[in-house]
Amino acid sequence: MQLVLERRAERSTLIAVTSPLIAVALTIVTFSVLFAIMGKNPIEALYIYFIEPLTDPFSLQEIAVKATPLVMIAVGLALCYIANIWNIGAEGQFLVGAVCGSWLAVRTNGTDAGYWVLPAMLILGALGGAIYGLIPALCRVYFGASEILTSLMLVYVASLGMDYMVRGPWRDPQGLNFPTTAAFDPVASVPTLLEGTGRLHAGSIIALVVVMLVAVLLGRTIMGFEIRLVGAAPRAARFSGFSSDRLVLFTFAVSGALAGLAGIIEVAGPIGHLDPGVASGYGFTAIIVAFLGRLNPVGILVAGLFLALTFIGGEGAQISMKVPLDLTKVFQGILLFYVLACDSLIIYRIRLLRTVRKPVHAHG
Amino acid sequence: MPMVDALIEIFKLIFSVSFILTVITASTPLLLAASGELMVERAGVLNLGIEGMMIMGAACGFAGAYMSGSTLIGALCGILAGAALSAVFAILTLGLAVNQVAAGLALTILGVGLSGLIGAGFVGEQIVPVPHLQLPVLTDLPFIGRIVFGEDPFVYVSIALIIAIWLFLYRTRTGLVLRAIGDNHASAHALGYPVLRIRLLAVLFGGACAGLAGAYLPLAYTPFFIPGMTSGRGWIALALVVFASWRPARLVIGAYLFGAVSILGLALQPLQLGIPQQVMNMLPYLATVIVLVLISRTRGTAGSAAPASLGLVFVPDR
Amino acid sequence: MKKWNVVAVAALLALAAATFGGAYAADKLKVGFVYVGPIGDLGYTYQHELGRQALQKALNDKVETTFLENVPEGADAERAIEQLARAGNKLIFTTSFGFMDATLKVANKYPNVFFEHATGFKRAKNLATYAARFYEGRYIQGQIAGKMTKSGVIGYIVSFPIPEVISGINATMLGAQSVNPNVKFKIIWVNSWFDPGKEADAAKALIDQGADILTQHTDSPAAMQIAEQRGIRAFGQSSDMIKFGPHAQLTADTDYWGNYYIGRAKLVLEGKWKSDDTWDGLDKGMVVMAPYTNMPDDVKEMAMKTEAAIKSGSLHPFKCPITDQDGKTVECKGGSRLDNGQILSMNWYVKGIDDKVPGK
Repeated sequence: MQLVLERRAERSTLIAVTSPLIAVALTIVTFSVLFAIMGKNPIEALYIYFIEPLTDPFSLQEIAVKATPLVMIAVGLALCYIANIWNIGAEGQFLVGAVCGSWLAVRTNGTDAGYWVLPAMLILGALGGAIYGLIPALCRVYFGASEILTSLMLVYVASLGMDYMVRGPWRDPQGLNFPTTAAFDPVASVPTLLEGTGRLHAGSIIALVVVMLVAVLLGRTIMGFEIRLVGAAPRAARFSGFSSDRLVLFTFAVSGALAGLAGIIEVAGPIGHLDPGVASGYGFTAIIVAFLGRLNPVGILVAGLFLALTFIGGEGAQISMKVPLDLTKVFQGILLFYVLACDSLIIYRIRLLRTVRKPVHAHG
Repeated sequence: MPMVDALIEIFKLIFSVSFILTVITASTPLLLAASGELMVERAGVLNLGIEGMMIMGAACGFAGAYMSGSTLIGALCGILAGAALSAVFAILTLGLAVNQVAAGLALTILGVGLSGLIGAGFVGEQIVPVPHLQLPVLTDLPFIGRIVFGEDPFVYVSIALIIAIWLFLYRTRTGLVLRAIGDNHASAHALGYPVLRIRLLAVLFGGACAGLAGAYLPLAYTPFFIPGMTSGRGWIALALVVFASWRPARLVIGAYLFGAVSILGLALQPLQLGIPQQVMNMLPYLATVIVLVLISRTRGTAGSAAPASLGLVFVPDR
Repeated sequence: MKKWNVVAVAALLALAAATFGGAYAADKLKVGFVYVGPIGDLGYTYQHELGRQALQKALNDKVETTFLENVPEGADAERAIEQLARAGNKLIFTTSFGFMDATLKVANKYPNVFFEHATGFKRAKNLATYAARFYEGRYIQGQIAGKMTKSGVIGYIVSFPIPEVISGINATMLGAQSVNPNVKFKIIWVNSWFDPGKEADAAKALIDQGADILTQHTDSPAAMQIAEQRGIRAFGQSSDMIKFGPHAQLTADTDYWGNYYIGRAKLVLEGKWKSDDTWDGLDKGMVVMAPYTNMPDDVKEMAMKTEAAIKSGSLHPFKCPITDQDGKTVECKGGSRLDNGQILSMNWYVKGIDDKVPGK
């Protein structure tokens, strides 16, 4: 007797709809057991992780603030991953975007510059990220070098480069020589939306717009069709005359731009200045969000919000239940596992088979 | 410092016994982890969870060694931890045909988190590091004595391992089958080869190697445990497999090159060469990209050397 | 059935405790801590955590402490601090420089909560700053190193070029020069507060380049272990690392925050808290030298004398005149010594150091 995986004749819509719920349910069960083993009250823990952050406006806004860069980056990454192009360097593109945009903020700091500053910063950030993202793309197109390796290595280069800038030329003159730029002027800052009640800022609106634009790109443009085709049937795509080189450059440029945009928004918004602490691993967390959202822009929006919820719930749990931060990581890992497993059941089903000697014959 | 003097100093540095010894210890965990991943990827599976398996190996390895007093038991614990975590990965990717990139990332977060929970109780403790080899006449030979005959067991295991992997892949039938599976799992399956079973074994092997690599850090390198002590080495190991074009000999070169440049980035700083320290610290990463680009150029447009089925989902037809 | 009896009794007891201890429990002062690293780092964050534990122990019936660890210094910091404020913490310590702006923002939003930011310089009515005069301990270490080194080369493993680290290097050098004018430093920047592997590699490289005493401004005990292995001496950093270097550790300039935390909590309890800038050192016990070990008696005596002199104020590590790396005499704004501002913003080296301040 053995368990085998068998491809379904067609996707199961039932599972497609319920799989995230099943995954969450399974995670909750696993977690309750874990919590019980650790001697904590599982019901209380689940409440603090999932429900409590939803109960007041402050944490709701914080969820949006945390999710904004994740969703923006993840949407760009989805474009790459659908086409089996593995951009692992979003963190580096995020940082370069932050640095490029910050350059303008630092240059105009203290001067009487007008409202053009912020939009210009955003454009610079996106451009910077796009150019940085093109480096691994060019290495792949012209040298056949793996983009996994190049994009990853460039993350370290970017973070050390930013470190150099912030400690040197861009140091805040009033900052007692500490490695931070001066706080950005108001014209160089992303405005908050609900002044006084929380940190929700215009970046979240931009993120929503980005989600919609990418959804349109994927669903209704030739380029989007190309991306989806290359991912699903590479040979067919080649025969259709689509250039995979062009695709590599395009997807890296777009995802780099989005990551760079997320970077400058984060720096000009919630943080308000540039310092080495800006590198928080968003580029890597976004990869998880991309997969949790099944590489679909709307799914990514939901997944980003959900993951942000678990981060904030995790902090709450640290405060009220003295639960270590590592537990939140374990939780996220297990959640991702269950989501992936349940999603697999959309396309496949599990069957119990009597073991038969596998006949050796060629399949058509 | 004038150019000529600087070059002489660098030369003296690179060819000193202690520099070479330090490079060997820095490169060994990379080589161990990357060797395992090489086997996994040659079989067509991409396991991005090396960092998670390594840090679990570090936590469990230290815990095991601390509680038993034996570094051998610690190493075994590390191996088991890595293999166990990779088994979870195998269930998902081989059993349920889940996307490998996503599963690998999930493995990383899970491993990092779990290792923190497990290792938390051992922070602040230290153990006696694993002893180095000590042969009567050989270890005392000038220059090569300690380098060749005075290393710790992990170093010898890492060399033996990569040689064994090479022999396995290129000189045994099963190795041939494994490579065939990595290149075209559909054809391999059609020919009746047990694709999933071989992949499973490869994945477990990779997990064991990653666990051992992780255990090296608190058992030999710095004999204590701190959460996160792998500091991204798992990702470097991943990159090294790609850098090596999935070939064992190149992997050894890559691991030692990276280790050497990393140490140089530190050791050259006091020589005051006028290069900012951030650039010095960047060197290993830049060097890897540049060398990779140079190697790839010579292959021209022959395409990637990756096993063609790498990362692709395989579900056997019935 | 038995189980329910136990539950009932427990509930009754809890109720009793609540009514009797209720008035007391409801008044417990909630104190929050925000850490940038893990409490297991055996270094900087670990020492803050020890301080928190000391506070909890000393005022256990009046105070309830909480902490958040591994809080990144980016956008998450503000939320973490605010969450502590919203959870009812009335005194919040943010323990890393990078939390400065975030703490200020939250302090402005919660005027009734008291905030204290470590190693920063922005203050408000409800935001105080505090730091330890690490450089005092460094000066003593410098003197010990100057006396004990045979090769004349001291190895220095450092993290990032912030003023605190630079003033540490300078203080060590000034201390060393006071007993050994020709001593030399070899400095390696590892770009991390702790990365045990890298610190070990740096230690080995420094020893290979002739250093026979190691000191560090990074958090893990890796370098100390290497020193022990190679039979040389080293100084611990932030925490007492004697365990990792029983024959190697000369001393360590440990941060001791416990007294400060207990003192500040008491001020809140008495209603006397006000924003301040505390920068204490050996005299107030914020910097504590680990026991002097592995050194000859005369060196130990010298160290203890210097320590006493610094405590009494008769010796200041940055007493003028001080010459910088380029040979110019540094302007002395504090009378006979550098003033606080100069030390806090130090980004230049004293004469005798062969390194360039990165990023200058």
